[in-house]
Amino acid sequence: MTAKAAPDVDALLARVPYCVFLGMRARIESGAVVLDLPFDDKLIGNPILPALHGGVTGSLLETAALVQVLFETGAQKMPKPVDITIDYLRAGKPMLSHARAELVRVGRRVISARAEMWQDDAAKPVAGFRGHFLLG
Amino acid sequence: MSEAQDFWREAMRRGMGQTAFLRALGGEIVAFENGKGRMRLPFAPHLVGDPQTRVIHGGVLTAMLDQACGMAIGSALNKPAAMATLDLRIDYMKPAAPDSDIHIESECLKITREVAFARAVAFQASREDPVAIATGTFMITGLTA
Repeated sequence: MTAKAAPDVDALLARVPYCVFLGMRARIESGAVVLDLPFDDKLIGNPILPALHGGVTGSLLETAALVQVLFETGAQKMPKPVDITIDYLRAGKPMLSHARAELVRVGRRVISARAEMWQDDAAKPVAGFRGHFLLG
Repeated sequence: MSEAQDFWREAMRRGMGQTAFLRALGGEIVAFENGKGRMRLPFAPHLVGDPQTRVIHGGVLTAMLDQACGMAIGSALNKPAAMATLDLRIDYMKPAAPDSDIHIESECLKITREVAFARAVAFQASREDPVAIATGTFMITGLTA
């Protein structure tokens, strides 16, 4: 954590049109950002199960990492994703989802991050994520 | 087009892949046949991930590339099967230019009894200058060899 004042992460998300469209909210828990994504019919990718679209899962995880970068570094510009890998562990159920990220290494230019998404049981993650981000 | 793929044509006619989330993004399925396919995503303000640059969110590309990989595999199967993404790797090669469509092309690389592999590319002006590329692994269930 830097000496800079931690940004209001929920206000930050509210300025990102895609996050507003998905319905994401952000809060701080134990010094880290937690994203919440309430279920909505538009998030469905598999109508038979039904299950969240894999892209919704990916979006939540990538955003968790981005917001954690902004929160920890105080960066003023949105970091640029370089590469990401998503491990889909379980189908995303039509219910409230959560995600949080940790920065594995914060370099001068590039940041390596991990993230996890879960729903009603934090011990049964829906998906895992790792990725690299360039600071703007 | 083999006879075995009639089911696929029929499924496409019934709107297979026209998921709620794809509609919400504004994405379109152009064509999928014999393990290859194309999708299109017109630029829209609600897709923006960086309000300063108006570059669309990486998650939008993830959604399109994931679905394009899955549908390329679906179009290569001999029988209908359920599918689930196992692993998806995305390289963001350059930011997408605002106000410009994104094109996605995907292909199925290999189908085994339980797992299938696909890749996809997202581009704007030229396929040779991609915005992002993806490699995906999918579990296939209910497929009888």
